[in-house]
Amino acid sequence: MKLTWWKWLTIALLLYTVVGGMLTEVPRLAILNETIRNLYFHVPMWFGMILILLVSVIYSIKYLRNPLSRHDIIAHEAAKVGILFGVLGIITGMEWARFTWGEFWSNDPKQNGSAIGLLIYFAYLILRGSFQDHQQRARISAVYNIFAFAALIPLLFILPRLTDSLHPGNGGNPGFNAYDLDSRLRAVFYPAVLGWTLLGVWMVHLRTRLEVLKQRFYENA
Amino acid sequence: MCCTFAQNKEEVLKEVIYLMQKDFVLEWRQKYAFNGMLLYVGSTVFICYLSFSLRFGGLEVPVWNALFWVILLFTSVNAIAKGFAQESRGRLLYYYSIVSPQGVILAKMIYNAALMLVLSLLCFGFYAVVIGNPVQDVGMFLLSIVLGAIGFASSLTMISGIAAKAANTGTLMAVLSFPVMVPMLLMLMKMSKNAIDGLDPSVSVDEALVLLAINMIVVTVSYILFPYLWRS
Repeated sequence: MKLTWWKWLTIALLLYTVVGGMLTEVPRLAILNETIRNLYFHVPMWFGMILILLVSVIYSIKYLRNPLSRHDIIAHEAAKVGILFGVLGIITGMEWARFTWGEFWSNDPKQNGSAIGLLIYFAYLILRGSFQDHQQRARISAVYNIFAFAALIPLLFILPRLTDSLHPGNGGNPGFNAYDLDSRLRAVFYPAVLGWTLLGVWMVHLRTRLEVLKQRFYENA
Repeated sequence: MCCTFAQNKEEVLKEVIYLMQKDFVLEWRQKYAFNGMLLYVGSTVFICYLSFSLRFGGLEVPVWNALFWVILLFTSVNAIAKGFAQESRGRLLYYYSIVSPQGVILAKMIYNAALMLVLSLLCFGFYAVVIGNPVQDVGMFLLSIVLGAIGFASSLTMISGIAAKAANTGTLMAVLSFPVMVPMLLMLMKMSKNAIDGLDPSVSVDEALVLLAINMIVVTVSYILFPYLWRS
């Protein structure tokens, strides 16, 4: 196997996250108890989702400036991987919420916001599906992608801060804020964020290569 | 890139005014479309009245508020969806050759905002008469309606431009616009709830500012992106 350095780094970081996340000491907090380990799996999903969706938007902007089909393919694949991260983030969050808040879905502003965010990106996929012409599909879905991302920012970063949330760190709940994020948690958390994000980048990379090859194959066939 | 960003402001302004005049004249000549929207609002409100069987006692305040905004949401999606779809292919090509895309999108937005203002104020009047009016601070409530109408119009104008290009415009319009409009809708509901309860206006300042900020983001992004949409 020949892998570039950052792929080895991804593997190492994720192994460290899984092993370290399950075995290292964590602070004892009321209610949270051992579920605090979800910090290494649930929170990085959102970091990864935002960063990969940002990649998608950047490639959409690039496509509008310079219409290469490669840019469109990257924007599309990054959006799909971002959706995957978002779904995993919601699932890990719901599982965690079941044991700490008592319900899978507690009408929490952040839960609702992320669900709506996913709806926006599902709509993006539907929009892509409803064009026959490749160039038109690429251009119009790029326009929608940028527009939707601009609408997503207030949804994820402004609205939840205007209301109380059940999430740790909001509304007086014990949390992982800067002042009480234990250094033991940090030692696994930051590598976890980097590792999961790199895994997302790896997936986008592979999918893009596959799609570009497919396109070339059909053009020559 | 070939986009004509370098036009001077006066020219764009002149185009906006001409295009708006054209839209208003068209609306005046085809009154059936506007009357259709009025009938849509009226019958929706009446159906709500009947289905909640409201002859005895009114709705609870949160339900009243939610129902009002949901009716407005569907009305605006229906009213604005026809914005780009009603323009024939030939006419679009004609615009393409004589005016700038910035002029087109601004004119459509202002026109849609005016349309939505009229529709939503009439909707509020009819809704208040039929279902009852628990609003204590009417001025604040009207302000939230004005902000809502402008916000709905600006975000839906761009979406209708996108949806008009695709095959199944109707479904796509709803699917694309609902999630994008949720932040706006949440703010509006909170603000109008404050107005209904007659709270001090200073409580709603935050919501009003966030609404204005969202509106500005949407208008700016549409202004920048529309030329790319227009070219295809």
